[in-house]
Amino acid sequence: MEHSSPVGTNYLNYPKGIWSWIYTLDHKRIGIMYLVSTLFYFLMGGIFATLIRIEHMTVGPGIMDANTYNRVFTYHGTIMVFMVIIPMIPAAIGNFVLPMMLGAKDVAFPRLNLLSYYIFVAGSFLGLATLFFKGVDTGWTFYAPYSTRTGSAAAMMVMAAFVMGFSSILTGLNFMATVHKLRAPGQGWGELPLFIWAIYATSIIQVLATPVLALTLVMLAVERIFQVGFFDASLGGDPVLFQHFFWFYSHPAVYIMVLPAMGIISEVVPVFSRKPIFGYKPMALATFGIAFVSFAVWGHHMFTSGQSDFANKVFSLITVFVAVPTGVKVFTWVATMYRGSIRLKTPFWYALAFMFVFVIGGMTGMVLAAVGADIHFHDTYYVVAHFHYVMVGGTLMAFTAGLHYWFPKFFGRMYNEKAGFFGFLAVFVGFNLTFFPQFIMGQLGAPRRYYNNHPDFHELNLLSSYGSFLIGLGFVWVAIYLVYALVKGPKASDNPWGSATLEWESTSPPAMENFRHDPKVTHGPYDYVALERK
Amino acid sequence: MAAHETQVDSSELDGYVVPAQHHAHHFRSADHQFATAKQGMWIFVLQEVLFFSPLFVAYLIFKFMYFESFHAAAKELDWVLGAVNTVILLISSFTMARAVTAAQRGNRAALSENLFWTILCAFGFLIVKYLEYSHKFHVGTLPGSFFHNDELLAIAPQAPLFFTLYFCMTGLHGLHVAIGIGILIWLWIRSKRGDFGVNYYTPVEMTGLYWHLVDLVWIYLFPLLYLVS
Repeated sequence: MEHSSPVGTNYLNYPKGIWSWIYTLDHKRIGIMYLVSTLFYFLMGGIFATLIRIEHMTVGPGIMDANTYNRVFTYHGTIMVFMVIIPMIPAAIGNFVLPMMLGAKDVAFPRLNLLSYYIFVAGSFLGLATLFFKGVDTGWTFYAPYSTRTGSAAAMMVMAAFVMGFSSILTGLNFMATVHKLRAPGQGWGELPLFIWAIYATSIIQVLATPVLALTLVMLAVERIFQVGFFDASLGGDPVLFQHFFWFYSHPAVYIMVLPAMGIISEVVPVFSRKPIFGYKPMALATFGIAFVSFAVWGHHMFTSGQSDFANKVFSLITVFVAVPTGVKVFTWVATMYRGSIRLKTPFWYALAFMFVFVIGGMTGMVLAAVGADIHFHDTYYVVAHFHYVMVGGTLMAFTAGLHYWFPKFFGRMYNEKAGFFGFLAVFVGFNLTFFPQFIMGQLGAPRRYYNNHPDFHELNLLSSYGSFLIGLGFVWVAIYLVYALVKGPKASDNPWGSATLEWESTSPPAMENFRHDPKVTHGPYDYVALERK
Repeated sequence: MAAHETQVDSSELDGYVVPAQHHAHHFRSADHQFATAKQGMWIFVLQEVLFFSPLFVAYLIFKFMYFESFHAAAKELDWVLGAVNTVILLISSFTMARAVTAAQRGNRAALSENLFWTILCAFGFLIVKYLEYSHKFHVGTLPGSFFHNDELLAIAPQAPLFFTLYFCMTGLHGLHVAIGIGILIWLWIRSKRGDFGVNYYTPVEMTGLYWHLVDLVWIYLFPLLYLVS
């Protein structure tokens, strides 16, 4: 098939001009725009996180007062969840990589894709605008009745999350149709890379769970503005109902965050072990198993909310089931590495770190899944440490792995491998230094969200704060050498890692319509023997 | 669909054929594009169902919590007007289905005519809804803290919550009807212009799916709100 872009150009430099980016329908450009936006919000969320940690370096009041503190942790949570972790992998990396892995020229609905991006931008601006209207102090969960009574700009932030939800739904819809309809000739469901499986399962969750949150947030806003009584017990409503609705979305949302991360690990591990993935089918099934179970476990966030003992036990039991497909995944990655010829490149270091910290995050999750233990740990730093091990240690590490892995494809340049390793070291050590002490604090009973911590926890808090600075420095370092690589890095070859998935068959960076020739699938996504024979 | 697959040989169907029918660069053919659009629309319809779901769940929970109150409050609704609206929407779904068939056969006159009737029905629905709402504003059966009908409050202490749900559910549905009207008018203008033929009618069929969903939601709302008493 003919292509419209001149030979020698790529999607970054053809067509030219700022308007060609603003109006672009190219999934690669939209992916890069998402990447820049989410990285910017990541920086903002990170600054709020650092402020929290500085505050906790003093036993009494530190750099801010209590009301400011409530706002700072709310912005940290809201920005990181809705503007960073949820869109980061599917919308940024996924947008770029998914159609290419399928050998397609674009996603199914390119205009809708651009619309999703602008909806996301509008929603995130609305969310940040709350900073100028007294801020928001509800925490990212917006629990009623506090969120319906507080004097802060909760309604506006809730509407921002509502708007961003639509971006998420439309992206999921787009990706689902793309996977169904735009696969290359010869690419059956059994030949899909596992990253595609992960994004596909994520998309299902986005399409099925996000609308529920969206309407719940509308109900909350209506409640707040008109005092109509959905969640207000004095008007006959039920605040626990809000928690049910909220977690019906927000628990599956945890898997919106982590499934794509697992997808990246499933790409990186076989490539750098030079071995096909161990157990392709169980891996794909486990992805769907997690997505499926994720819809039936929301009650484990509510063990202390006063829901019935019976509900507690059932939710506790189902939650434990999540460990089964997750375990399948971890064992599969480890078995893939076994007797492989491992190349310790930066993406692989992050993948290794992912497995290490994700297992800690997962196992502590099992502790929290048990009703009896959770009554003790509920709302302590133990929970904070647990979900940071999964979200930061899991999703963020995997994102960074993916960013390094696809960096040559995105920009056609190589980063410095040594610089990459030192960045990794700082992030990994800093991460564990920050969050491991929080497990100990939580176990000793330190409550989360408190402005002042008990003096007994002072040393642990200091340790945690120093760790967070190290993470910060690590990411600043990553930013420095990646930006340097963008400008001065050596040119990357088309397939620098020797990967067998389709996106590497294009040039680096790809041309406007991805492939100069329509790709045909002749070997599996992890068939390195066939790749070398070619 | 059948008509669409035979679009290459459209002479058999002797319907109107759109002159130049392009498909976007990432699709193999116009059929491929149509099938993809249709799947996307079905996924959208699916998320619409889930979008309405929290209100339905909240309604069911509160109904069983405050059975007596909801029973008494539901008696305040005029089931005759509700039934009239149900009939109006069913007719509109029928004309919409006929519009889709007309588009598939390339019958431009029938397409415009049926779209017109669908739009008219949709306006009729909103007018009846307006009459119902204004009556409620008049007697004070309003949501939550705006409720000021003391007689009803005496026998149904949770009536304010019932009307909160009533207004939110029918309001959200009404919003979907209003959006539908906008899309239908756009289709109607395009059909007059001759944008649709046997080889291209994707927007008509997609709007059909949307419109049937809006109808379906009402089919559930009507008995739940009006007929439970």
